[in-house]
Amino acid sequence: MSLISVTNLSVRLGAATVLSAVDFTIERGEIVTIVGPNGSGKSTFLRCLIGALVPSTGQISRAPGLRIGYVPQKLAIDPTLPLTVGRFLSLPRRRKPSDVAAALDQAGVPHLEPRQMADLSGGQFQRVLLARALLENPDILILDEATQGLDQAGSAAFYHQIEMVRRTYGCAVLMVSHELHVVMAASDRVVCLNGHVCCQGTPELVASAPEYRALFGTGTKGALALYRHEHNHSHEAEGCTDPSHSHSHSHAHSNAPAHIHRQDEGQNV
Amino acid sequence: MFDDFLLRALLAGFGVALAAAPIGCFVVWRRMAYFGDATAHAAILGVALSLAFGLPVFTGAVAVALLMALTVSSLSGRGYSMDTLLGVLAHSSLAFGLVAVSFLQDVRIDLMAYLFGDILAVTTGDLGVIWGGALGVVGLLVWRWQALLTTTLNPDLACASGLDPRREQLVLTLALALVVAVAIKVVGVLLIAALLLVPAAAARPFAATPERMALLAALVAMAAVAAGLGVSFYHDTPAGPSIVCAAAVLFAFSSLWRSVRNAA
Repeated sequence: MSLISVTNLSVRLGAATVLSAVDFTIERGEIVTIVGPNGSGKSTFLRCLIGALVPSTGQISRAPGLRIGYVPQKLAIDPTLPLTVGRFLSLPRRRKPSDVAAALDQAGVPHLEPRQMADLSGGQFQRVLLARALLENPDILILDEATQGLDQAGSAAFYHQIEMVRRTYGCAVLMVSHELHVVMAASDRVVCLNGHVCCQGTPELVASAPEYRALFGTGTKGALALYRHEHNHSHEAEGCTDPSHSHSHSHAHSNAPAHIHRQDEGQNV
Repeated sequence: MFDDFLLRALLAGFGVALAAAPIGCFVVWRRMAYFGDATAHAAILGVALSLAFGLPVFTGAVAVALLMALTVSSLSGRGYSMDTLLGVLAHSSLAFGLVAVSFLQDVRIDLMAYLFGDILAVTTGDLGVIWGGALGVVGLLVWRWQALLTTTLNPDLACASGLDPRREQLVLTLALALVVAVAIKVVGVLLIAALLLVPAAAARPFAATPERMALLAALVAMAAVAAGLGVSFYHDTPAGPSIVCAAAVLFAFSSLWRSVRNAA
């Protein structure tokens, strides 16, 4: 059975209908990205999935005993609240120090336990949030624009970490993002959301769908070009006997001339 | 030198300090200072009502404080401006309480005792109520501590972990109403907010974890109670305000120490 399955979900907040008639499923081990412009209901949708918001109509069914690792968009910790990284990771369930250390290691920020949360850099903070989600030993990781506030290199590194984590844990990943070029290449499926599901399918399918182009086509040529570039790389990787995602990733970002070349190609499509 | 009434006052103060300090930490972390004020001010209405109906003061105070806290909780997040709403509720409930007291012609009550506390008149029965309430609050907080902290950090994070943020908010609201009710006798409704906030704020610079902050806040509050009662005894000052003054002095030292440390 699916990890989470949503049928005919609608959410009204006050007078506004934020989401209407959304159908959605995610399977074990799948990477799904939700894209959509600001105010398209992406965060509202995630909040319904984690149970923070009760939909006006429709049904959400979760697999029995589903463990969710949730990485919020932003976590504002009041400066009056003293909190070490180690203590934060032991919320709401107490964790063994060895488990905490292992999770921090997995998230790429080892030995941060004694540091105050307030003293972390943006990148470290997001990775600590990721480590906390991993401690739930999740069936599904849910990330809500987790790289907001990181620069491009920082968010690329963060998503790379997510891919490594997914390979280790075998969990499904559901993320919401604006950063189409980084995210879409790694996704099994993309859902384009704008109050309703505009279109969904493989990254290639969605990127060429007229509904998607109507939303993102004009203003984000750069992002689309970058995406196509990534997409080409992943095809090359498929040809290899031992596809290394990490290689294709770093390559994609360092190879500037190829980028320009692909951009030209993209305009011909 | 130590009289029985002073010992009782000290014990009563310690009981309230023990319960108020950790709740005060949550009030500080969640920026609920005005919320605490509104709850405390509503309690005077509870006092008036329980005197009118011949109920124990504690019962009426808890009931009305809880009612106020629940009203504010349910009104929050519905498009009202929170600080305005709380300001309206806090002061109008105080005003209604004062007016209600004036109707009680056949009951002779010392209004000042409820506004500023009457810790030196604490009876053994009061001590039982105060320590019962305080231990109840501490027990409630220890039981829900992890969930309360997670909800305080981020309600969505709590949801994703299978907690219900609204239930935790309710736990906190109930604990706050209890603290207010037991603190009336010690510092009075007007100064309860100070007993919640000042020790927590004074403890902040010395704490690296939430638990240490709560523990330190309790120690600061107890020190303030002891110092305030001492000053009150030797210089014949009002006891409740003296306790709050002592806490404020401790806060000043703490802030001074923090700025010295940050400058170094």
